[in-house]
Amino acid sequence: MSQAATAGRRGSPRRFNLRERIRDRDTAVYGVLIIVAILFPMVTIYATDGTALVSHATRAGYFVLLAIGLNVVVGFAGLLDLGYAAFFAIGAYSYALLASPQLESSPAHHAVHITFWILMFVSLLAAAAAGAVLGFPTLRLRGDYLAIVTLGFGEIVPQLFYNFDQWTGGINAVGLIDQPRLPVWVQGPWSGDGPFTFVRDFSFNGDPVAYYVLIVILIAVAVILVNNLYRSRLGRAWMAIREDEVAAAAMGINTVTTKLLAFGIGASFSGFAGAYYGASVSLVSPDSFLFIVSITVLVMVVLGGMGNITGVIIGALVMYTVIFYLIPGLPENAVSLANNVGLGGIVPASGDWPGLAEETQRLNFIIYGIILVGMMLLRPQGILPSRVREQELKHAAVQEEETVVEQAHAS
Amino acid sequence: MALLELEGVDAFYGRIQALRGVSIKVDKGEIVALIGSNGAGKTTTLRTISGLMHPNSGTITFDGKDITHTRPSQIVGLGIGQSPEGRRLFPRMSVLDNLVMGAYTRNDKAGIASDMERVFTLFPRLQERRSQISGTLSGGEQQMLAMGRSLMSRPKVLLLDEPSLGLAPILVETIFTIVREINSQGTTVLLVEQNAHKALDVAHRGYVLETGSIVQHGSGQQLLASAEVQKAYLGM
Repeated sequence: MSQAATAGRRGSPRRFNLRERIRDRDTAVYGVLIIVAILFPMVTIYATDGTALVSHATRAGYFVLLAIGLNVVVGFAGLLDLGYAAFFAIGAYSYALLASPQLESSPAHHAVHITFWILMFVSLLAAAAAGAVLGFPTLRLRGDYLAIVTLGFGEIVPQLFYNFDQWTGGINAVGLIDQPRLPVWVQGPWSGDGPFTFVRDFSFNGDPVAYYVLIVILIAVAVILVNNLYRSRLGRAWMAIREDEVAAAAMGINTVTTKLLAFGIGASFSGFAGAYYGASVSLVSPDSFLFIVSITVLVMVVLGGMGNITGVIIGALVMYTVIFYLIPGLPENAVSLANNVGLGGIVPASGDWPGLAEETQRLNFIIYGIILVGMMLLRPQGILPSRVREQELKHAAVQEEETVVEQAHAS
Repeated sequence: MALLELEGVDAFYGRIQALRGVSIKVDKGEIVALIGSNGAGKTTTLRTISGLMHPNSGTITFDGKDITHTRPSQIVGLGIGQSPEGRRLFPRMSVLDNLVMGAYTRNDKAGIASDMERVFTLFPRLQERRSQISGTLSGGEQQMLAMGRSLMSRPKVLLLDEPSLGLAPILVETIFTIVREINSQGTTVLLVEQNAHKALDVAHRGYVLETGSIVQHGSGQQLLASAEVQKAYLGM
């Protein structure tokens, strides 16, 4: 207490407030997210009389998981990873191969059906191991060079699944993937279809609401884990490495294991997400894990606020809405808008004009690009930035100014 | 027996030999200065001690243990703290967070708290600025923080690389007073400096390094009085 009282004349009380304000902000965001997560299915099912929006939310959910995981690598440890979809693919294929008829037609001639609840962790471990394997050769690389190697890894992995078609079905994809069933651990005479049935097995059976509940639980667990990691010794070591690797080594941080753990732990979240993805879409093909997936997740992390968990969640939700909901809906909305404001004449195609819907469709990527550029210009620190990131940007701006002033003096 | 001893250390950057048979002894409780011009191998010597690079031949012993091939992360834990060249703070972390990072290898909360007090007593300025972002500190304050941070691992030997670099003369004075103070509290100091006059003045003993070899050693006063040292490094 006395320390706080004697602490600085300048700046410190204000900064303590800033830190507390940010903590309050996080609590508020989590509160809102929990309430929205609970109300979302009820409200949308009631309002739209269908579960289409809930399905959307379940898809947004695994992007949230992916963004949380990539944030560990990029936001916490500062290691730019452009091949994150590879770990997602490894997670998804781990589940798909061990919970579908696929292996029957493989050289193993025997289909494996292990329950989702176990395979979830198998996928997690497989992805984490792949993360460490990728991490190992990249330990000496930094910045742009690291980005290029991870990019290569992201290209290789889908190709492997594509070319090992004896095992993975290649371009034909793995289909008929098992759905999770509940409650598997109370199997006995009381379950199943016998006369003494108290508890029936509950199969997810493509029910979006069941998947929605599952992904919300997975995200909640991930958020708790990642928050604890962030505050742990390891979290501080990641931050130190991001700031200055040589200084971190001089503090006694083992930079090798710390970086490998960043890759491994970051990848493990996408293993989780992969297993969930395989179960929910019931079809896993190499085309689902292309470069664009890595980039989309990276955009979510950067736009949301690198290093800040609430920011990354919001970023993932906002970008999902933009990419998979607003932009695909644009042509239709443009047409109905034109009709409503009395410009119905421009809707149909005529001559060189391909019609309003078609034209809007063509402009989709331009609109997406404009949204990205606009957001980065307006809020380069992301929607909800972390305190440290905010400082970094300010620091860079101040340094730039100083250089400009110095140069002005020099000339 | 010496606390820290380098014996016939050779080190290379690729094919360029940076150290040629360097032998240095640092006894417990001493301040030892390592002086020499740019590129003489002063920083390389410190880097081999802290394990950031490994010698091609020769041995480094610390406290009776061979640490020639020990990893840097373990060397800090053994009791060799360092304030690296160019300070290398974590520029976007606060002063307090930098100090906490300095104690990374330790787990004893009470000990860390008391060392924090010790650092704040040595550098009252740091206490005033404890929640300021370290990148916005002045050069002198940054140097104080770099030294304070290296003390947080409670080292037996403190390696200081050019603590006076780029500081105003009045601050150089302060820094060397503090080096003496740290030493009188029981920490052995190995000081690397270009400011030979000041370094030899506080040091018990000194070594002169020239193109990777030790060319002279003796007590601080002897070296200050030596004709070659005066001519080459003191500009007399």
